[in-house]
Amino acid sequence: MSTAANTPARNTKVMNRFDLTSRLVAKLKNEEAVIGGIGNTNFDLWAAGHRPQNFYMLGSMGLAFPIALGVALAQPKRRVFALEGDGSLLMQMGCLSTIATLRPDNLTMIVMDNGVYQITGAQPTPAAAASDLVAVAIGCGLSNSAWAADEEDFERLIDLSLSASEPTLIGVRIDDKPGVGVTRRDPVQIRERFMLGMDVREAM
Amino acid sequence: MAAAAEQASSHTLHEKSWHEVVLQTLKRNDIRLVPYVPDRVLTTLIRSIHADPFFTCFPTAREEEAVGIISGAWMGGMKGAVLMQTSGFATLANVLASLAIPYQIPLIMFVSERGTLGEFNYGQSLVCRTMRPVLDSLAMEHHTCTRLDEFEFIVDRSIKQAITTQAPVALILSPLLTGGKVFDK
Repeated sequence: MSTAANTPARNTKVMNRFDLTSRLVAKLKNEEAVIGGIGNTNFDLWAAGHRPQNFYMLGSMGLAFPIALGVALAQPKRRVFALEGDGSLLMQMGCLSTIATLRPDNLTMIVMDNGVYQITGAQPTPAAAASDLVAVAIGCGLSNSAWAADEEDFERLIDLSLSASEPTLIGVRIDDKPGVGVTRRDPVQIRERFMLGMDVREAM
Repeated sequence: MAAAAEQASSHTLHEKSWHEVVLQTLKRNDIRLVPYVPDRVLTTLIRSIHADPFFTCFPTAREEEAVGIISGAWMGGMKGAVLMQTSGFATLANVLASLAIPYQIPLIMFVSERGTLGEFNYGQSLVCRTMRPVLDSLAMEHHTCTRLDEFEFIVDRSIKQAITTQAPVALILSPLLTGGKVFDK
């Protein structure tokens, strides 16, 4: 049993990152931006099928939500999703307050919480046995934050976020499986293709 | 002729301050997004940027958070700049090396320089010494701004160069330009 499962605050199903990411990507019909946090989070986004509107981080742990906030501010008419791991979010929890203050209604944040640093050997995070990250988000002022009870509930929360009048944060408990693909580590191409996907560049 | 002389004289009477130069040059270059972690020296600049509806200006909890926001905004088509002090720059090596530089983000940074020319906090003077070695080790463009008469040129050209070369730049605001922060008790 993963350490996350022992946290008393949650009574939710343990799901799978790749499955949830695939469910999200299958819903995207309007060139929505998706920012994938470092490691397994963006590996599974890559594996779910590359789209020009996907941005893959190859470092700068913890910045998926801030990067997504920047995209959301620049393009208020576009829906922006951000996928972040629990360990990554712990690196940059202050961003939840910034986002709660700015309240971009086109931003949906998903926290993939397995309670471990899977990629470095599945060591438990300092939060795993004690902290409820959705409660933290609510405490930061992101009142539209919830744990997804199961896959169906996850999809329902995604759908609800599309018409929300404030930013949405969805927590999902996931297993400790690694990502199923590996992103091609070419930062300039990732950035340029993403900018093409965001309609701010013309192809050369 | 008389009008020109009058204009010249009124120009001399109202010489722009360094923070007016920053605000106007940001505006002229369509830099609209200004996240910051505050610094005493930057107070007037932050206040005037907040007061101008042209800008979207807000504090962040950490400097690297602001760099992430600026990077996302750039990729979404909105230009920005980050304001911080020296100790804040010292938290940025990882995000510069893993996001701004390899992804070719024109990250424009204004760093209020603490730690020199009258510093009263030993920690500030130590952390200041790490700033230029970090910038140099990453081969980043940076300028130390000391004189008002060349400041607008440096700011304007540096912004344009960052954008056209898709490379970050740090503009270090020396106490020689800003007056700095002094021990007042």
